[in-house]
Amino acid sequence: MSAPAVQFHHDADRLATDLRHRELVHTALSKYEVKRDEMKARFQDWQGARALAAATKRKAISQLDRHLEQLARGLEARGTKVHWASNGRQACAIIVGIIKARNARLVVKSKAMTAEEIHLNEALEHAGFEVVETDLGEFIVQLRGEAPYHIVFPAMHLVRGEIRDTFATKLHDAPSDNPEELTMVARRVLRQKYVEADVGITGANFAVAETGMVSVTENEGNARLTAALPKTMITLLGIEKIVPRLEDLALFLPMLATVGAGQLISGYNTMYGGPRQPGEADGPEEFHVVLLDNNRTALLADAEQREALHCIRCGACLNVCPIFRNVGGHTYGTTYPGPIGGVITPHLRGLQDWKHLSYASSLCGACTEACPVKIDLHHHLLQNRRNSAAAKPSWWQKTAFKFFVPVANRRGLWKLVTRGGRLGQRLHPLIKGSRLDPAYCWTKTRELPPVAKQTFKEWWRQRK
Amino acid sequence: MTVTLFIPCFVDLCYPQVGVSMVRILEKLGHKVVCPDEPACCGQPAFNTGYWDESRAVAEKVLDQLKDAEVVAIASGSCGAMMKVFYPELFAGSKHEAAAKALAPKCYEFSDFLVSKLGVTDLGARFPHKVTFHDGCHGLRELHIKDAPRRLMAQVRDLELVEMKETVCCGFGGTFSAKFPAISTAMGDVKISLAEETHAEYIVSNDSSCLMHIQGLLDRQRKPIKTIHLAEILVQS
Amino acid sequence: MVEATEMKAANHDTNSPAGEQRASERANILARVREALSVAAPADHGEAAAASSIPAVLPAVGATFEDHVALFQKNAVELRAEFKVVNDASDLVAELKRLAAEAGWRQVATHRGELTDAVCPALGLPTVTAKSGADKRELERCDAGITECDALVAQTGSVVVTSRSAGGRALSVLPPHHVVLARREALVAGLPDAFALLRVRYAANYPSMISFITGPSRTGDIERILVLGAHGPKRLTVLLLATPP
Ligand code: SF4
Repeated sequence: MSAPAVQFHHDADRLATDLRHRELVHTALSKYEVKRDEMKARFQDWQGARALAAATKRKAISQLDRHLEQLARGLEARGTKVHWASNGRQACAIIVGIIKARNARLVVKSKAMTAEEIHLNEALEHAGFEVVETDLGEFIVQLRGEAPYHIVFPAMHLVRGEIRDTFATKLHDAPSDNPEELTMVARRVLRQKYVEADVGITGANFAVAETGMVSVTENEGNARLTAALPKTMITLLGIEKIVPRLEDLALFLPMLATVGAGQLISGYNTMYGGPRQPGEADGPEEFHVVLLDNNRTALLADAEQREALHCIRCGACLNVCPIFRNVGGHTYGTTYPGPIGGVITPHLRGLQDWKHLSYASSLCGACTEACPVKIDLHHHLLQNRRNSAAAKPSWWQKTAFKFFVPVANRRGLWKLVTRGGRLGQRLHPLIKGSRLDPAYCWTKTRELPPVAKQTFKEWWRQRK
Repeated sequence: MTVTLFIPCFVDLCYPQVGVSMVRILEKLGHKVVCPDEPACCGQPAFNTGYWDESRAVAEKVLDQLKDAEVVAIASGSCGAMMKVFYPELFAGSKHEAAAKALAPKCYEFSDFLVSKLGVTDLGARFPHKVTFHDGCHGLRELHIKDAPRRLMAQVRDLELVEMKETVCCGFGGTFSAKFPAISTAMGDVKISLAEETHAEYIVSNDSSCLMHIQGLLDRQRKPIKTIHLAEILVQS
Repeated sequence: MVEATEMKAANHDTNSPAGEQRASERANILARVREALSVAAPADHGEAAAASSIPAVLPAVGATFEDHVALFQKNAVELRAEFKVVNDASDLVAELKRLAAEAGWRQVATHRGELTDAVCPALGLPTVTAKSGADKRELERCDAGITECDALVAQTGSVVVTSRSAGGRALSVLPPHHVVLARREALVAGLPDAFALLRVRYAANYPSMISFITGPSRTGDIERILVLGAHGPKRLTVLLLATPP
């Protein structure tokens, strides 16, 4: 087992039996579920919207080269500097370089999963800058030194008391555990940061090829402030974020909010096409857009799973995933947890190290049903399993399945298995549930079904 | 019509009464039932684990057994999905591709077979109990079977169906249950809590594999709620 | 000059000359994209065939101006924004004065515009005008930011502002209360209409920022409990002028 797999098993075993955690996730998502369904119902045709969104993304990705060039041209025409990064190291170096050249010290940052993916904060801190996450949830997990728990709800795993304690130790300001008061503490602290910061970094949810814009979705206004006050603005995004036309946002913005957060539309959806233009009152003097590959082209090259690049990171597949709900976000040990993480992480970070995420699914398909862009998530998990087994089969599983072939196919052997089963069943109680039990992984928590006195086929032959 | 039964390996071994019920129901409806003598596994365990060569070796036998069938009624939604949805993919580009494609449309999960193919909902059954229904994920999401079992249950005398608040996976997932037993068990526990909230006496399903998992947990936890396959209810009078 | 320093810093760990690497990474990425796309993806799940139009799938919007006012009202209220239709410019002034008195505004911020110019001076309060070189700290100290807008979207209860039409970027998000002045023709039915309007107005030269604002700033990051005013305005008031000024 790879180190990440060992870690996953270890954490999953712990959290799956943690009833408090299970309850916490359940409570956190139950309100969302009601609102999500209510908003979906407002669409005249939700399934039609999914089909349209999928078709639009398919178009965007199938001409990705052309769309990226178009995007860059449009941005550059308004004075934006467009940077291209093949991997995370390059992207970090580009961003560190921009900040260094401006003699900047303080960086404010709005939520960007892509930045998590390339460990941008570590790189910036290593280079000596102060980086402040401004999204409330991200701010909280940053104070705690944790990774976001969920791609949309970063602090979903925390209750108010824990957040109060974090504020008390880190900010020395925690009047109570009232969510409103805690939020106002963060507001006070962060307001000063926006005004003082030299550089603002944002992620982006979409990039409009046609008009050369990036689109940022948020509820708090922190990204708006990040993009308004500092002199330099940097937006980091994956190359797959493309939509072809500006009007496509009319579809994607409400869909993202609906399944992502149970809102009809998010509080702020903002399109940025350049630095401050002549005649505009304010805004950054410089705007840098960093386009990140980081193995997205490897996923693109897998035609069968290419559509995983349609993902709009709404988190809907996490929310419905019974595995995510039982093991939580941190257990995955990846930037992107849940079903989409199980599909793309093996592509982004290596199949053999991360294949366990593709196996950690009952293939129930709830994710596929929830996905607003109709990514065939659970079937892609199957394909990852197939690819990993073909590239590096586990000898014991291969042997077991090989052994099973004649058993399943030959009556004589099947009879033997039946008899063996009946006999084994009588002896089984001696070792059941102990480490000696070959069926331990089942019998630790479950009983085996008894082998019938007469199998169906025995009955059938007798009857004939 | 001549109906070929597909009785998967684990039903043969542990749940023969499900197959027996199917035979009785179909014969009562006046159909001729045939069933291959040889054992049969759809090949799903190997397929789901990624070992497609080994899966094909098992599944080829099924293609062969069923090649002359007029229609195939399957005792488990999960195996049904394997044969109807995944065989064409599994055999794509192989010499068995045509056989897999020919078999797929002939395959029906049992409740779907009764309702969609035979147009039957009332089998004259009586089952004076309060039950809840578990949708096996493969039946539900690969085969899109949701109404058929409910329409059948609606006609069962004295049966009271109480739906669970959520439709979630029972946590079985084939080899998943052995590879990730703690997660699988947690999922099963969630399922059982949902079922208990309905105060049903029975958890009914059209998929024996889910029931095997749920019953395994119930037995270990000594919970009174019982599991039963839909076919076993439809045969009662 | 700035450029050169930046790229040197950016590439301190590589041997290739600065500008060259940037150009080549662009070429590398595009080459990988093209190479990948040379293999066609399998057929879709029937979406293309099923696809209808965006307006046909989005929430229904009604047909008349009154429908749209009612829908905007419903959405705005649901999101805790305040919405009021006022008759004419003098009603608008009266409404602003009422808001000012009620909340005890001492200083407001606004921008130069036909509507803002027509009503803001009548408030008689110290006023910061957003313009090039204005001090962001000063803006932060204002009690309200009063802006015009490009559109109101009935379908979602959103206000559309741009950096050109609403006094830049900070004015609509920095002061704790954002007051939006909208003309009758700004009210559009759905999101597609809003984008169409933007296209007609700006296609030749889009502003650097277009923002769809829906409700006051909000967060649910602590136990999914809604709190208003996370970073941006705690209040959002939309005043729709039923007749032209
Ligand atoms: S895979 Fe689909 S459901 Fe999951 S995050 Fe991406 S878009 Fe959302």
